[in-house]
Amino acid sequence: MSSESKALADFFLPRAGLDELIGVLLAEGYQVLGPTLIHDTVMIRPIDSADQLPRGIRDRQDGGLYRLTAGDPDLSFEYVVGPNGPKPYLFPPKLKLFDFRATEGRFVLEAGPPDVPKYAFLGVRACELAAIAVQDRVFGMAEPGMFRCESESWYTQARENALFIAVNCTQVGGTCFCGSWGTGPRATKGFDLALTELRTGFLVEVGTPRGQAIVDRLPVREPTATELELAELKLHHAEEEMGRHLRTDDAKEVLDQNLEHPRWDQVGNRCLSCGNCTMVCPTCFCCTVEDSTHLDDDLITRTRYWESCYTHQFSYVTTGPERNTIRGRYRHWLRHKVSTWWDQFGTSGCVGCGRCITWCPVGIDLTEEIAAIRDGGGE
Amino acid sequence: MTHTLKTPRPEPVCGMDTWMPTAASIVGVRDENFNTRTFTTQFVDEEIGRRYQFAPGQFNMLYLPGVGEAAFSVSSDVSKPGRIEHTIRRVGSVTRALWRLREGAMIGLRGPFGRAWPMEEMRGRHVVIVAGGIGIAPLRPVIYALLNQPGYCKRLMLLYGCRTPEDRVYADELEAWDNRHDIEVLVTVDNATGDWAGPVGVVTDLLKRVKVAAQETIVLVCGPKLLNRAAAWNFLQLHVPPDRVFLNLERNMNCGFARCGHCQFGGKFVCSDGPVFRFSEIEHIFTKEDM
Repeated sequence: MSSESKALADFFLPRAGLDELIGVLLAEGYQVLGPTLIHDTVMIRPIDSADQLPRGIRDRQDGGLYRLTAGDPDLSFEYVVGPNGPKPYLFPPKLKLFDFRATEGRFVLEAGPPDVPKYAFLGVRACELAAIAVQDRVFGMAEPGMFRCESESWYTQARENALFIAVNCTQVGGTCFCGSWGTGPRATKGFDLALTELRTGFLVEVGTPRGQAIVDRLPVREPTATELELAELKLHHAEEEMGRHLRTDDAKEVLDQNLEHPRWDQVGNRCLSCGNCTMVCPTCFCCTVEDSTHLDDDLITRTRYWESCYTHQFSYVTTGPERNTIRGRYRHWLRHKVSTWWDQFGTSGCVGCGRCITWCPVGIDLTEEIAAIRDGGGE
Repeated sequence: MTHTLKTPRPEPVCGMDTWMPTAASIVGVRDENFNTRTFTTQFVDEEIGRRYQFAPGQFNMLYLPGVGEAAFSVSSDVSKPGRIEHTIRRVGSVTRALWRLREGAMIGLRGPFGRAWPMEEMRGRHVVIVAGGIGIAPLRPVIYALLNQPGYCKRLMLLYGCRTPEDRVYADELEAWDNRHDIEVLVTVDNATGDWAGPVGVVTDLLKRVKVAAQETIVLVCGPKLLNRAAAWNFLQLHVPPDRVFLNLERNMNCGFARCGHCQFGGKFVCSDGPVFRFSEIEHIFTKEDM
């Protein structure tokens, strides 16, 4: 389904229809997750009406910088990605795997994980859809023959339940480089519906029969030629205005062939090993599973938590952490993201969302780091 | 018996998305030395006990409720699947708690996991096993598999090094193997104590005492990092091809099946792409620090 050869949209939904869309999703039993304003940031949270969407907001993002600014008061999606996205919902930071007991010489399962949710993600961006496709591979959904172990069943079910209503970015963030990976700004796959926002309403592209079934219940009409033209113009503008650029055709080789480059020392001196990047990255999947026991019961709860390769305990063996320096940990993370991810999953781990740059307290920018290693610079 | 030499990748016996341990009881405890014990376990569920199969070099995640889980190589004879052994050295909180277990205690087991030693590549070759300290544990199943199949490999040699004679593991078996004609055993210690009359020095010094036919040799190494590096380097110097030197590596493991990410070494999941690696697959990162 290439969007170059077909029209951008099949339908036009007037602005008032957005609230109806949310109503239809709720009626279908979905928990609707959409962008909201909280703590001076745009975060994906449960919503039940279009009033809860940020209106007239834009964002300014740069290395270690995130600010909301005033935008067009008639628009609800003029900003780009905030620190969270679908990942904490499909791959929760804390998820109970099961409760069990060790009794009478056996381990007995008492309870499984929480019920698999039925989420409708409203306003998900192209880079996030690309990240979900990456996590599909990590958790063994796509091409099961390619991965080593069985798929992650809670993720697989939540993912299959989930409905995705994408929004095409018409503004591009200061740290965005989806264009470099071909993962945006226009959503081309992985969505049930894709919206492009105009003041008067939304162009709607249908991606799946499930999406079509939703549209059938909305007051849509055919888009006018002007509306289509205006949308194309906005999307084209977004493509031109990428905040960052990364040469991706040789990024893997650049890192693989420069494992001892002095730039690693330089960035290692700046990196705080705080792990923010791993928290906001939509593809990072490392976790730790731990048990907790109860003093008054022999019930054991096995829980999965997000973990970061930047922590000391992550690579700990009897002799200490294998990656004992921040330099080593940064190198591991970046090399995993743009190089060894290919060896493991046959795809890049980076989708160009720019979050790691924005939310790094010291503004480390991987596009700059890779370019510096490629060009031989290193102070 | 030849099926044990075909390096299968058996299905792990755990449940609930490979995270639920299976109950096993301790049926035997043997002291190897002052801080190392070999535990024999049997599955509580007989049907699982019949189903469980491991290949030499694989490991299990052993679980003690209220304490934690850790990865341990299976150290027993593959041809005796009902009685699985793990040789545990007391070095941390989980190993210390496991070390204290007695017969009748119940533990949890998930596994087997990991890529095994390449048994098929040992056919007709000179097999040199280089082990340091507790590193002999994942190699013991190889020795048994080869001794149980006379004539499978052309020559079998064990080079074993420990800090002191008191650190040796499987001391009785070392002596028994030494008395056999189908395996050559050379044991060295870094520091001689008591009435040790054998070689003194690092394990790679033993190479001065043996003749290696490089083109016919396959080398299996397991020990501390320095031993791994020294052994690999020495055998490559002797012109053993880099794709015939195998190492068993250790990393922090939580899941055991390439899901949690802890065990990554470069881009390799040590639990799943390893723990047995061909030297040629990892030579680009093997001597680097902080990987």
